[in-house]
Amino acid sequence: MGIKVDLEKCIGCSLCVKACGQNAITIVGKKAVIDLAKCNLCTACVEACKKYQAIAIVKEASSRAADPAAFKNVAVFIEQREGAVAGVSYEMLGEGRKLADQLGEKLVAVLLGFEMQKKAEDLVKFGADKVVYYNSEKLRNFQDDSYGQLVAEFIDKEKPAIVLAGATAIGRSFIPKVAARVWGGLTADCTKLEIDTEKRLLLGTRPAFGGNLMATIICPHNRPQMATVRHKVMKPAQRNDSRTGEVIVNNVDDALLCIRTNIANIVKEVESTVNITEADIIVAGGRGMQDPKNLTLLKDLAEALGGAVAASRAAVDAGWIPYSHQVGQTGKTVCPKLYIACGISGSVQHMAGMQSAEYIIAINKDPNADIFQIANLGIVGNALEILPALTKAFKEQTGK
Amino acid sequence: MFVNIVVCIKQVPGTTQVKINPDTGTLIRDGVEAVVNPFDEYAIEEALRIKERLGGGTVKVITMGPPQADEALKSAIALGADEAFLITDRAFAGSDTWATSYTLSLGIKTLGKVDLIICGKQAIDGDTAQVGPGVAEMLGIPFVAWVRKVEEVSETQIRVERMMEDGYEVVEMPLPGLITVVKEINVPRMASLKGKMRAKKIVVTTLNAAVLKPDTEKIGLKGSPTQVLRSFVPQRKSGGEKVTGETSEMVTKIKKTIEELGVVR
Repeated sequence: MGIKVDLEKCIGCSLCVKACGQNAITIVGKKAVIDLAKCNLCTACVEACKKYQAIAIVKEASSRAADPAAFKNVAVFIEQREGAVAGVSYEMLGEGRKLADQLGEKLVAVLLGFEMQKKAEDLVKFGADKVVYYNSEKLRNFQDDSYGQLVAEFIDKEKPAIVLAGATAIGRSFIPKVAARVWGGLTADCTKLEIDTEKRLLLGTRPAFGGNLMATIICPHNRPQMATVRHKVMKPAQRNDSRTGEVIVNNVDDALLCIRTNIANIVKEVESTVNITEADIIVAGGRGMQDPKNLTLLKDLAEALGGAVAASRAAVDAGWIPYSHQVGQTGKTVCPKLYIACGISGSVQHMAGMQSAEYIIAINKDPNADIFQIANLGIVGNALEILPALTKAFKEQTGK
Repeated sequence: MFVNIVVCIKQVPGTTQVKINPDTGTLIRDGVEAVVNPFDEYAIEEALRIKERLGGGTVKVITMGPPQADEALKSAIALGADEAFLITDRAFAGSDTWATSYTLSLGIKTLGKVDLIICGKQAIDGDTAQVGPGVAEMLGIPFVAWVRKVEEVSETQIRVERMMEDGYEVVEMPLPGLITVVKEINVPRMASLKGKMRAKKIVVTTLNAAVLKPDTEKIGLKGSPTQVLRSFVPQRKSGGEKVTGETSEMVTKIKKTIEELGVVR
């Protein structure tokens, strides 16, 4: 139990000694020796020994973990707001279908809402073999308690091997509660999912350390294997009207729902014209925009392109624009098709929030700005001059 | 009014200094300063403000980590927290978010009456945002994530604004309960001289496995459902074309590029 050095593979190179933050490793007779009293199983040495693969974490199953053989099929949580299925859920159906096919298992969709039976039936057209729909007026709006309770119940009943949900405000709020309840292994905010077909395990790859490190996580013994998945990374399922499947409608007895919180009000903030996590095009500004009034230049271009406005932390901290527009490690992570960075130098923290954009255009006066290192097209120039001219060019063309 | 608040914090590497060793592809941890997770600073600040607003209460800070994580607790004391608790034991090493949630919940149960638990929305090293909701579930108390404002609070109830992608929701929750807070909620204060002096003298209470008496199947590596299979440095996008020239030339260039992408409706 714990960590082991494979003495046949270890060559005594001492890379692990340098990697260890606890000073727990010494080289004795050209072999690494780990002091278990000091080691905190941080796996830095395992990473450092990638080349020789001589150090490994040895993990045994808890005696009370569920029996993996009893779990089958891929389940996806379908998120809805005001009766409309969220875009990310179609991506989950598309990805879930792929994983289920690789495993030769079924795709099961679980939906919670009110008077959404038609939408539930539609999920079959988008790839689900089976849809489990929980219906109650009390499920119209998201509540951690009711959603947590019913999805945990669904897992107990259906016993899916894999459960996927969008890494949204809702998914990342209540899915961890479900995992806590069922003792499932949950990987947050995945950007890639694969199946190890031999071991029949889900491999979830996710960014950590603000995108500086990627980690692939497995859940070898517990079930289900759960993951929240980042929006706009997976391809959405396409509708196919010839598909058939089973739809189970559960009319929930409200008396059995234990909802402790109360939603007093739901407020849409329309000032932020387009939700930046949903936008295909984002025009973003930083300190290089010089003055808050220059942000209208961003808005004008965003409008002409049908995009949304975002900002770096510097612009938000200066009070130029609300926090809901902030992209970066302490703000939102976005994956648009096009990201136009104007007057943004490109701090590590900002790039963590936007580097997975499909195409990046950077406009900056400083030819050495870090943002140019990740930009597909770098424009060394003054954004304050280029933006209005660009907006005008697009407007003239569309005749707006 | 008197409200018992617990703030869960984590010691993390100060990320601006996180560097990757290009040869081994691993994080360089040497000489990296350890700091209080920035999101937890908002949690500490909000706890202090609630205590001040209600004119009474205690703010206890708790963390789980190696012995040196007591530095993070002392930073919280310097800001004005009253008591500090460190969960540390080799038996807890290797915990994932599930086992961490379980162990933290046991630690919180030793703290007597607790009305409100506040966590930062996530830690900036793991970025999971899973421990806050996990702790709430393990303690069996209600939970609201992504809180950007505490509108009203009493000994028995709290009303908060929860940030959603497209706006916010006003949520009322009976106490005891747990909230996780976002950056927008406040501007944390700086430590006072008096606070720093107090932090130097504070005795941090250590909670080990013998105190917490955990179910040994549910802690550390064994109690953790997930495991890191491998980690690697992502392939950075390499910079593409870099151009400069007259404004009109560059505008034409950008426009052509955008049109070729076919993203404009």
